[in-house]
Amino acid sequence: MTRLSSLTRRRLLMTIPLIGATGVGFAFWKMLADMRVGTFNPHNINTPVLNRSVPDFTLPGFAPHKGFSADDLRQLNTPVLVTFFASWCIPCLEEMPLLMTLKKFLPLWGIAYKDKPYNIKEFLHSAGNPFARLAQDQQGRVGIDWGISGVPESFLIGAGGIIRWHEANPLTEDV
Amino acid sequence: MFSPELGHYALALACVIAAVQGVFPFIGLYFRNLSLINLAPRLAYGQCIALTVSFICLIYAAVTNDFSVRNIAMNSAVSKPLLYKITGVWGNHEGSILLWAFILSLCGAVVSIFGRHSLPTLLKARVVAVLGLIATGFELFCLTTSNPFTRLFPAPWDGQGMNPLLQDPGLAFHPPILYTGYVGFAVPFAFAIAALLEGRVDTAWGRWVRPWAITAWCFLTCGIAAGSWWSYYVLGWGGYWFWDPVENASLIPWLTGTALVHSAVVVEKRNTLKIWTILLAIATFSFSLSGTFLVRSGILNSVHAFANDPARGIFILGLLGAVIGSSLLLFACRAPLLTDNTFFAPLSRETLLIFNNIILCSLCAVVLTGTLYPPFMALLTGHVISVGKPFFDATTIPLALPLFMTMGVAPMLPWKRAQLWTLLNKLWFSIGLTSIAAFIIIRRLYGVLPFLCAIAALWVIITSVSDLAQRIALFRVAFRISLTRARALPRAIIGSAIAHVGVGIAVLGLSAMSQAQHLIVEMPIGSTKHFAGYDWTLTDVEEKPGPNYTALIATLDVRSHGKQIALLHPARRHFNLQNQTITHVSIAPRLLADFYSVLGEQHDVTHNTIYVLRLHYNPLASWIWLGAIVMTFGGALAFSDRRTHTRAIYHQNISPPMIEAL
Repeated sequence: MTRLSSLTRRRLLMTIPLIGATGVGFAFWKMLADMRVGTFNPHNINTPVLNRSVPDFTLPGFAPHKGFSADDLRQLNTPVLVTFFASWCIPCLEEMPLLMTLKKFLPLWGIAYKDKPYNIKEFLHSAGNPFARLAQDQQGRVGIDWGISGVPESFLIGAGGIIRWHEANPLTEDV
Repeated sequence: MFSPELGHYALALACVIAAVQGVFPFIGLYFRNLSLINLAPRLAYGQCIALTVSFICLIYAAVTNDFSVRNIAMNSAVSKPLLYKITGVWGNHEGSILLWAFILSLCGAVVSIFGRHSLPTLLKARVVAVLGLIATGFELFCLTTSNPFTRLFPAPWDGQGMNPLLQDPGLAFHPPILYTGYVGFAVPFAFAIAALLEGRVDTAWGRWVRPWAITAWCFLTCGIAAGSWWSYYVLGWGGYWFWDPVENASLIPWLTGTALVHSAVVVEKRNTLKIWTILLAIATFSFSLSGTFLVRSGILNSVHAFANDPARGIFILGLLGAVIGSSLLLFACRAPLLTDNTFFAPLSRETLLIFNNIILCSLCAVVLTGTLYPPFMALLTGHVISVGKPFFDATTIPLALPLFMTMGVAPMLPWKRAQLWTLLNKLWFSIGLTSIAAFIIIRRLYGVLPFLCAIAALWVIITSVSDLAQRIALFRVAFRISLTRARALPRAIIGSAIAHVGVGIAVLGLSAMSQAQHLIVEMPIGSTKHFAGYDWTLTDVEEKPGPNYTALIATLDVRSHGKQIALLHPARRHFNLQNQTITHVSIAPRLLADFYSVLGEQHDVTHNTIYVLRLHYNPLASWIWLGAIVMTFGGALAFSDRRTHTRAIYHQNISPPMIEAL
């Protein structure tokens, strides 16, 4: 081990910016190249959620409904539809009639997203209540973990709590 | 006369002139040929004139609805108001690159004009040549991959029109101001490269660089503030800053630019921190360039949608690699040879300025990490994640607090060495006043961080004002003498104090905005909601036609104890051409709070139409932009300081021995 002279040390120190910039530049080049062939897509935030287990969470229920947690979903053997909704969102209101029909085919579990208890009650009173279980996400934290981009957003949960299908728009007949 | 072909030709001509401007002065320097060296400023004027013609041609095509030009057909329409036909020219990718190039050529011309007598010929030639090389790259990019003059055949009868969100006066002037800020930092960058080539950085260099850095900084500050103001009153989300990658891309050069403005002072006054200042000048412009690149390549996930094209991205990446890579290579070779041998005590103005630089650069590193983390994670692991407000709030605020604490104190300290006792003597008044203020506001602000930020902001304002007061010995001598002293005070000192007060005002606004409230309500006409201590009544909703849209306008009456505070007219505009509806936010800005309202959708419930409205109560919101205006004003005042424009003592004339020394 020989001690480096002061000038050599300075020289080494001042190549750091160049090395850093080269590394970042190479990474950008790789991203662009992958974007061209389609293996890299930074805009596709929601796809990775598919075919994964639901994120961990526990939410309080909206009385008289029972709330639910990730474990409840993972213990299921039959599919359920988890829908994020809010009383202040008009598209949520629009999809309600369809949800009312849908509840005959499979259980619907609702999550009231960033909503006040009084408003939820009014909403369900006027639009009908299709939900077998209903939880409240007042802070919107669970919504972030699920990666929702807005309300309404629906997830079809398969056996074992795996997310099988996902729709970020109001449900319609076509969907 | 101003045909697109002329514009295209002028652009190509400008590109050739820029290439000559970038190469000939260096040949002249190598062969010691003075006539080639003296060519540099003239070529800069020529390039600027050519690009002006080119730019006018594009505006002319837009104003005369020449839809045979592809760019105009894609972004304009007959029914678009005249103002937006003009400003729409830089609202799209191709036009904005032309604007970039135009501003860059303007910088070269302005350096040549202002440096006519005050800059040494050789330094000027190098600076202008470096600017020419950068311009060549950008004009080539414009010509080859994003030509705004491409013709379209057959020409359509009408254009596709512009995104209605962009048809707004705030956005009309945000890009040119922001670009001037970005591109303005090309001048300090060129000075840094020239200094590395010459192998000499001294106080005179610091003096030349500083006004340019300040000018670019002022424009960047204004540009960021205008963008944030636009998102506040056009997007209607009630927020003003979303830590969007594109916003971060403008904040990063702003942070290093601020550090540059401060460290250039140290070079000028104390002839030290040279290497660091050079690196900051290179970094600031590199970040400006990279920001532009990242926005347009589509790598970052952002609300700012430019036409993303990876092929275009490769070209800009190559350009970036050439500019940044070569400058950093030069830095690695030459910077170790520059030496500093000035000493200063641990408590001195130098120390605090270095501290300020370290914090600004740490902030920059944090913002950079947060911005680049998602694409890098996606590249390395394949997981797509997003980094948002919680990360940035948790990391930037604790870093910014010590910065605010030193901002007011540093100008009070002398260079080289300061006495702690003298400093405390100067500070006791500010400490007392800030404590009283803290006591008053502690009950009004919820949360520890907003409270600490507000205190820090008040501290900055109080110490900056008290520093000025002490300099002119206010209340200690007769008022008239104080006034005379104030007049004799250098403008740079007043300017920096004002800019610091501006930061304080903006931070006060930011901390108060953390207490903003909002409510989403459903209201039939005539109903009243009580919110944030005021009564909001929806009195009327009517339909009105606009120039290229139809509007649904609501009238909201805001009252406090029966007294009218504000009358709001939130609206929804439907643009028929694009079949797009946008909300038109209505804000009543008051000194202490903004009343902010957005009209949402409507639905009919048993003979009654119910409107969804979003009401916001934003305390001190306007202070954020007021602060930015004050900051810019302070910067402009510092720029106008006579001392920065006087000739520095430097080897002025090129004598034969000087040529030998090259």
